[in-house]
Amino acid sequence: MTEHLLSLLIGLPILGGIATIVLGRNSATTARWVSLIVALLTLAASIPLYLGYDAQAGGLQFVESKLWIDSINAYYSLGADGISVALIVLTTFTSVLVLIGAWEAIDEKVHQYTAAFLFLEALMIGVFSATDALLFYLFFEAMLIPMFIIIGVWGGPRRVYATIKFFLYTFFGSIFMLIGLIYLYLQTGTWNLTELAAANIPLTAQTWLFFSFLLAFAVKVPMFPVHTWLPDAHVEAPTGGSVVLAAIMLKIGGYGFIRFSLPITPDASHELAWLVIALSLIAVIYIGFVALVQEDMKKLIAYSSISHMGFVTLGTFIAFTLARESGATDAARLGLQGAMVQMVSHGFISGAMFSCVGVLYDRVHSRMIKDYGGVVNTMPWFAAFFVFFGMANSGLPGTSGFVGEFMVILASFQASPWIAAAAAVTLIVGAAYTLWLVKRVVFGEIGNDHVRHLTDINAREALMLGAFAIAVLLVGVWPAPLTNLMDSSINEVVAQLLRVKV
Amino acid sequence: MANPIPSPVSMLDFWAILPEAFLALSACILLLADLYIPKDKKAATHYLSLLVLVITAVLVWRNGQDASLFGSAFSGMFVRDGVATIAKFFILVSSSLVLVYAKPSLEMRGLMTGEYYLLILFSVLGMMLMASSGSMLTIYLGLELLALCSYALVALDRDNGLASEAAMKYFVLGAMASGMLLYGMSMVYGATGTLDLTGIRGAINSNMLHPTLVLFGIVFIVIGIAFKFGTAPFHMWVPDVYQGAPTAVALFVGSAPKIAAFAMAYRLLENALGNASQHWANMLAVLSLLSLILGNLIAIAQTNFKRMLAYSTVSHVGFLVLGLIGGGVVGFSASLFYAIGYAITAAAAFGLIVLMSRSGFEAENIEDFAGLNSRNSWYAFLVLVVMGSLAGVPGFIGFLIKLEVLMAAINGKFLWLALIAGAFAVVGAFYYLRVIKVVYFDAPKSDAALVVPNDWVFRTVLGLNVLALIGLGLFGGPLLSWCQRAVAGI
Repeated sequence: MTEHLLSLLIGLPILGGIATIVLGRNSATTARWVSLIVALLTLAASIPLYLGYDAQAGGLQFVESKLWIDSINAYYSLGADGISVALIVLTTFTSVLVLIGAWEAIDEKVHQYTAAFLFLEALMIGVFSATDALLFYLFFEAMLIPMFIIIGVWGGPRRVYATIKFFLYTFFGSIFMLIGLIYLYLQTGTWNLTELAAANIPLTAQTWLFFSFLLAFAVKVPMFPVHTWLPDAHVEAPTGGSVVLAAIMLKIGGYGFIRFSLPITPDASHELAWLVIALSLIAVIYIGFVALVQEDMKKLIAYSSISHMGFVTLGTFIAFTLARESGATDAARLGLQGAMVQMVSHGFISGAMFSCVGVLYDRVHSRMIKDYGGVVNTMPWFAAFFVFFGMANSGLPGTSGFVGEFMVILASFQASPWIAAAAAVTLIVGAAYTLWLVKRVVFGEIGNDHVRHLTDINAREALMLGAFAIAVLLVGVWPAPLTNLMDSSINEVVAQLLRVKV
Repeated sequence: MANPIPSPVSMLDFWAILPEAFLALSACILLLADLYIPKDKKAATHYLSLLVLVITAVLVWRNGQDASLFGSAFSGMFVRDGVATIAKFFILVSSSLVLVYAKPSLEMRGLMTGEYYLLILFSVLGMMLMASSGSMLTIYLGLELLALCSYALVALDRDNGLASEAAMKYFVLGAMASGMLLYGMSMVYGATGTLDLTGIRGAINSNMLHPTLVLFGIVFIVIGIAFKFGTAPFHMWVPDVYQGAPTAVALFVGSAPKIAAFAMAYRLLENALGNASQHWANMLAVLSLLSLILGNLIAIAQTNFKRMLAYSTVSHVGFLVLGLIGGGVVGFSASLFYAIGYAITAAAAFGLIVLMSRSGFEAENIEDFAGLNSRNSWYAFLVLVVMGSLAGVPGFIGFLIKLEVLMAAINGKFLWLALIAGAFAVVGAFYYLRVIKVVYFDAPKSDAALVVPNDWVFRTVLGLNVLALIGLGLFGGPLLSWCQRAVAGI
């Protein structure tokens, strides 16, 4: 059973998606139920993955491997380490909530919408579990098609522009990664990530490869200056699309850095860590200020995502400075762990924030901050959730948002107090834009008639937001289950980044 | 050196050309039989031609199973090897697809005549000859048989001004290209003293007597090949033929001949001029670069679906040539794989046009696909897959073939070209996405129910064809290995 668990996790949503299209063709209700049941089954199937993963032993588990294209030595090989397990569970969890969230909001071509999410879920799990570079690339790219359709069909008025921009940016980034991977394959004769991590590569080649990976993953994260597709995509995407985009797809960028850049090109990554750190700090500070002036709620949260994802890249690459220059491997571990916790936490928080905006949008059909005000008077329950997630977004201790950022800042302090100080600015800016957003939307006088006639969240929405809230709190007060899960995998990553390959 | 006095023809020689002989004979019989088939019963010709192609394909397949029969016949004029087998087999497969897709289209246009089928059969014969040729003479023979039939096919709808214009351009340019090719061949003959391909290879290897002459010969031969492929700057005929010719013909011109062109390139460049690869590799690199740039950039500006496909073909040929540049087993097998994958995808793309067209209305413009998803999501899905495959998105055959040629180019130390090709693949994705955009995101132009050809064979084959793009995209390994074994001569 467990030896095919990952295949099951990928196959289940795909078959479920096909079933949804076939069965739900004429009835939206059937489509909703079929897809929800499939998503719940997938979530259930990911629980043995979490429980069955031996965190003490670490390393790749649930491994399966089958020759796929023999003439180029490509394998259908899957495996998960602690990092993958965490992200896969995040994926299956979010997918269920997305389907619940879209229950009433989407009433056009429901079967296609829910099926697209199931396909997307399968492909994302595939990305997190592929241990063959070509297979990874297959999932990584194929993921774009369902997302392209989701934004383009169910999105807002400028959806065509946004969706084509989204596709072309990410396609452009990854095609160079493909060429880099082909080069690697021709040098080493393998696509296997473990074997690639063990291969020796001269520094010049590493530098080129580093840039080819950077391009692909920086677009996904997204890092400054290739971030401009994200606000557009978020604003135009339907709520579910935004949630998946922010909660999971952005993580694939950070995941890629850990799977590709760090182990395959450690020396070039070390040489060029300053570049990534600088770009991360720009994202953290500058984009934070950009978020401050947004008038569209979704845009604000989108920019806030870019800013928070800056911590992920910062934590990942500060580890080089720490481990290689000052020999502080513990601090390096802390930085990487912070980056990982931040990935998971941001998944929950941004997913929840976008869901909140979705709740408002379903009622008023506006995302403009100025159209709201005094929501607390008519929607007290909603307001409570919104304030809570706002607090989490600004890094309130006790919520998951605090843990990751704190660890990254702590780690970077050991590298350079200046970097830590610069990164810590975000705690102020982040609090400013989030709280100001909450204040303008939730508190104050009732702004207009729309708000006056709002109805509070129903049980379905409460279930969705409540699940997010529990996750945020859980990671915030008791991160041990998450950090223990990833501990030995992160030690392996640190060992890999210390390996001199030239 | 080829034997100047042909050795007597043996029975084995005829055994070697069994598929070709069968095709030629059946075509001749069909030519006569068609005279007696009344105008309203032309479907009979259709099914008979399809049957002939399928039987020929089976014969090719069976012949190809037995490697002991590989070798040359008719004093080296005719070659039977792995490349010939696989190229011929897929020429027949894609031509059969063409016939299936052409039937509704011909009926809609009132062009359901026997000529169409006979011209197709004879051009398939020409292509098979090209694939199996062991001498410059046979290559030229096959090429001209294909070319003459194609000119006539393009002009099939003789009352249509656009078609006549396209046929005229195609004929004039094609005749010029044939002349160039012949000129190049004569120079190589002059330098080496033989028309036999292996003989030429040997002569160039041992001691090149007239290097300048050979070099000039190569230039003209490369031009001839480039014209057949439709690489920039010899692509001028492509958009006009695609747009002007009846869909049923454009469909044919756009698919199987790409495999034949590959076979010709393989015979000339590898079998004959393989030892002079450093001379032609750089020429092909320039052609590839130009095709990638011109094809992709001009395709963006097209609103006519067929013209867009035409320029996209130019860009795809740029990719195909990428493999040829790499050369060797890796390069040529990648190109062969590309030609096959592309032929199948292109056939499906034209099948979509036929699907959307109805009597008196040709779905030529991209806008004609607007809102297809709201009217029929299955057909919309077909468009999605075909466009995704053309764009090279992983999961579809279009990705695997691109991966192979990029690998071949990098393997052949043309990393810079691979990078440019990658960048232009993104440009290409833009216009394919536009079609998906129109299908999925735009509102339909009319509320009327979708009218599709009432031909279940057509719709089933199209569906299977498109699903094959996914199937091969995920499990294309065996086909790829077959290509590699064929080129490696195992």
